[in-house]
Amino acid sequence: MSGALPAALARQSFIELTARERARALLDPGSFRELLGPFDRLASPWLEQQGVVPQEDDGVVLARGLLGGAPAVVMAVESGFQGGSVGEVGGAKIAAALEAALRDRQRGVPIRPVLVLETGGVRLQEANLGLAAVAEIHAALVALRREAPVVGVVSGMVGCFGGMSIAAGLCSHLVVLRQARLGLNGPEVVEQEAGLDELDAADRPLVWSLVGGEQRYLTGLADALVEDDAGAVSGAVRRAFAVPAPAAARSERVGLFLDRLAAIDPAAPPGAAALRYAWGGRR
Amino acid sequence: MSRGAAWLAALAGGDGLVPGGPASVRMRDAPLGDEPARFLAVVPDPEGRFPRARGGEVGLEEGWALARHVRAAIEADAAGPRRALVAVVDVPSQAYGRLEELLGLHLACAAAVDAYASARLAGHPVVALLVGRAMSGGFLAHGYQANRIVALDDAGVQVHAMGKSSAARVTRRTVAEVEALGEKVLPMAYGVRALAQLGLVHRLIEGVSADAPSGHDVARVRREIAAAVADARSGPRDLSPRLASPAARARRAASIEVRRRLAEQWDG
Repeated sequence: MSGALPAALARQSFIELTARERARALLDPGSFRELLGPFDRLASPWLEQQGVVPQEDDGVVLARGLLGGAPAVVMAVESGFQGGSVGEVGGAKIAAALEAALRDRQRGVPIRPVLVLETGGVRLQEANLGLAAVAEIHAALVALRREAPVVGVVSGMVGCFGGMSIAAGLCSHLVVLRQARLGLNGPEVVEQEAGLDELDAADRPLVWSLVGGEQRYLTGLADALVEDDAGAVSGAVRRAFAVPAPAAARSERVGLFLDRLAAIDPAAPPGAAALRYAWGGRR
Repeated sequence: MSRGAAWLAALAGGDGLVPGGPASVRMRDAPLGDEPARFLAVVPDPEGRFPRARGGEVGLEEGWALARHVRAAIEADAAGPRRALVAVVDVPSQAYGRLEELLGLHLACAAAVDAYASARLAGHPVVALLVGRAMSGGFLAHGYQANRIVALDDAGVQVHAMGKSSAARVTRRTVAEVEALGEKVLPMAYGVRALAQLGLVHRLIEGVSADAPSGHDVARVRREIAAAVADARSGPRDLSPRLASPAARARRAASIEVRRRLAEQWDG
């Protein structure tokens, strides 16, 4: 009798992991070291006065460690706290880690930065300070990406929306799962602002067909599509650092996307499948 | 005419329409003091190709076109002095639409962010002038990567992560309740004075008519932008100045403390 488990049982769902467990799963075994963890008690200074119980890590986990033997930092948003929303402290943690990674790179440390983005965007209770933090994350990301590849992971099930979807758009390399969703406005927000005729947020197959992980991968807006398995995600992240970064990041390819938009007739817009054909060319 | 369109025309001496469009993104090179500058604004275009982005929102074409105009300045100035970039900001929001999401509006906004940040890092002084709304994803794409943010001290200059009516709907409050909350919780406020109290505004310009500026008003604002450009040229190219003011030290203490303690723990 062999002791090997069937593959389906041996797999460890990445989606079901907390942000802390995700960071640990990505890093080389035994190398995980959390920075500004719960015992540092850097909670949000704004939530209590609004009747919301703060969390001592403000819903962001920072971990140093090794990735394929190279120094790394993982920045993971915990979607279980306030919908993975970015407040002043959590946003500052991500920005500060990106800024520190840039200083490392500038002094020759080949650090590998990984963003795990499961977030609804700016935390409404900290509106302008969340927005300011997101702008500082963007600034640090652009500066770091000139020195080093930055890899993003969007797995599900919350998705990656709002200002943090822009951060995903700034990454050198994006790893997604089928369960992931990536877009500027969440479907509920589009329905609320533009009406049910524009988008029925309750139509899950429709939503995933528009902004789901597989669609993003097949239209070239993400670089790797992997199964919901911690080993597979970790492998995809390692492969992203092993290949040379693209000559131009996706957000720099202005001519290509202006041409693509010019070819689209908004009065007769392409569907999700037609767009895979027009933009994908992957398979 | 929107405030953004009016101020761009007043400061740059022309409407900023670019052949080949889109007409919603205005760009014009004009002198600022004794140096050249490139002025940019996103304005309403009722004839816009994408129906969900006709009201001055940052949509697909707007994000990518901003990136095009900003990158053109970076490339043109690569070998010589870097001209200033002035983002005239009056944006109600990002566009809300199904087609926008399908076609990657998050990436269009990332392209604009990337271009402005790259210009700043290349040594172009980037100044945002807030003359109206500076909302949410629209402001992130157009203005929030600036070295210096200057703003008219006017009730119509509003900055937030979500417009009042949307925020009211999402949080199941009335607009009056949303406004009242801003009185109590500083980062929840919409007015530009609250933003200045958070240390995010380099200069608040008082006593200028936002809706009907006189020639004197325009000249004054131009001088303020030129002063902000000079200040940016003598400072760092990153956004660290946003955390350096007394206002930021008082009201963004947590943002500063996070960075201080992360540096302590970074190398173990």
